[in-house]
Amino acid sequence: MPRPAQPWLVRATHWANLVLLTVMAGSGLRILVAYPHLGPKGAEYGWYPLQGVSPPLALTVGGWLAGARHWHFAFAWLFVANAVVYLVYLFASGEWRRRLFFPRRDARNAWDTVLHDLRLRKEAPPPVGLYNGMQRLTYTAVLAMAPLVVLSGLAMYKPVQLPRLTALLGGYDVARVIHLGVLAALALFTVVHVVQVLLHPRTLADMTVGRDERPEEVS
Amino acid sequence: MSGSTRRVFLANGLRGAGLVALGGLACDGNRPRAGFLGLMERVNERFERALFDPSRLAPELGEDEETALEDFPKYKISKEFPVAPAGWALSVGGLVARPLTLSVADLQRMPRTRTRVRHHCVEGWSAVASWDGVRLAEIARAAGADPRARYVEFRSFDAGYFSSWDLESALHPQTILAYGMDGDPLHVEHGAPLRLYSAVKLGYKMVKYLTAVNFLPVRTGGYWEDRGYEWFAGV
Repeated sequence: MPRPAQPWLVRATHWANLVLLTVMAGSGLRILVAYPHLGPKGAEYGWYPLQGVSPPLALTVGGWLAGARHWHFAFAWLFVANAVVYLVYLFASGEWRRRLFFPRRDARNAWDTVLHDLRLRKEAPPPVGLYNGMQRLTYTAVLAMAPLVVLSGLAMYKPVQLPRLTALLGGYDVARVIHLGVLAALALFTVVHVVQVLLHPRTLADMTVGRDERPEEVS
Repeated sequence: MSGSTRRVFLANGLRGAGLVALGGLACDGNRPRAGFLGLMERVNERFERALFDPSRLAPELGEDEETALEDFPKYKISKEFPVAPAGWALSVGGLVARPLTLSVADLQRMPRTRTRVRHHCVEGWSAVASWDGVRLAEIARAAGADPRARYVEFRSFDAGYFSSWDLESALHPQTILAYGMDGDPLHVEHGAPLRLYSAVKLGYKMVKYLTAVNFLPVRTGGYWEDRGYEWFAGV
């Protein structure tokens, strides 16, 4: 029986995640407006190029610091719940096999795909199923960021009550760097992701109405 | 899809869209105590209380980690830094066996505690100073606070600034009434003659320019809390 390219639970959690991440990013940026620096008072980090630069208010959610904090801490639970549903499904259904990156299986294909996409090599790598190696690498990296963003957020929320977590991440101010860094990485991913979807519009149909995996892509 | 399942599908879709719209209405950053945001604040307060361990100490830091005095932010509500009225004394009252009136000299005769921990501001910055003072637990003992008083309210002469705390956080060993900062008497910019300082709360809970400490059976709000900031605000 043909498997759907994107099962309904993947589609549902994907679009829920889009809404939730937008709220988390927007409210997080509004919180950043209150102190748009990285590093403790009097010892702000010299390497951060955007010291004192507030994010554009048009990108923010919550209106003011207290409002944004309430949005952020309310939707954080929904963000985590959605991620847990997705992860449980990913592993329980076996979907992880065709989605996650395994170096021995996927590294060669990922490298060949990069060379092909950059027009450095003419011949396309052979099709390998739902995702090519580079997609698997990217989506696995994005999945790995989820625990990082949640844990760094928890460390900032409870630096005293979660001392081991906070110390593991390098302290309160480093946790802030990690939290913002993951946001920047996710924003970069989103740009590339949207460009790729525009170049391959049928993936949008897979992710919305859902269609069976195309026979030529079955691994 | 048969006609009836399609109708069920459409009805479910409409119901879902309605819930999303209601959810949108229920999230208003200007009214954070209402709707979904208010509900989740109550959930988060339970989470915060569950995480709070009254015996867990924040790491005491070294002198080399102190923030330079000029870099330590100085916040106030009044237009000018408020100056203590002549004959200032702290009143300790509410549900206590022995209401007290304490001058700075009285406080300095009580057991002295120094704490040097990271300060976490709701805005996102952190800073470090060392604070000298008396544990609030010591004051509670001296006044004979009634255990039925589950809350402690701190009042100031800074334009009515105040904040109310849960008793457990107030009695934490790193919650003190501070009269000294970085080895000097407390400066007027940092809340002289006496301020609340604690390792376990966000900065806005630490009332400066103190006038009164009241042990109460009810939870009151606070200057920022009444404007929408979290009441528990533990770190």
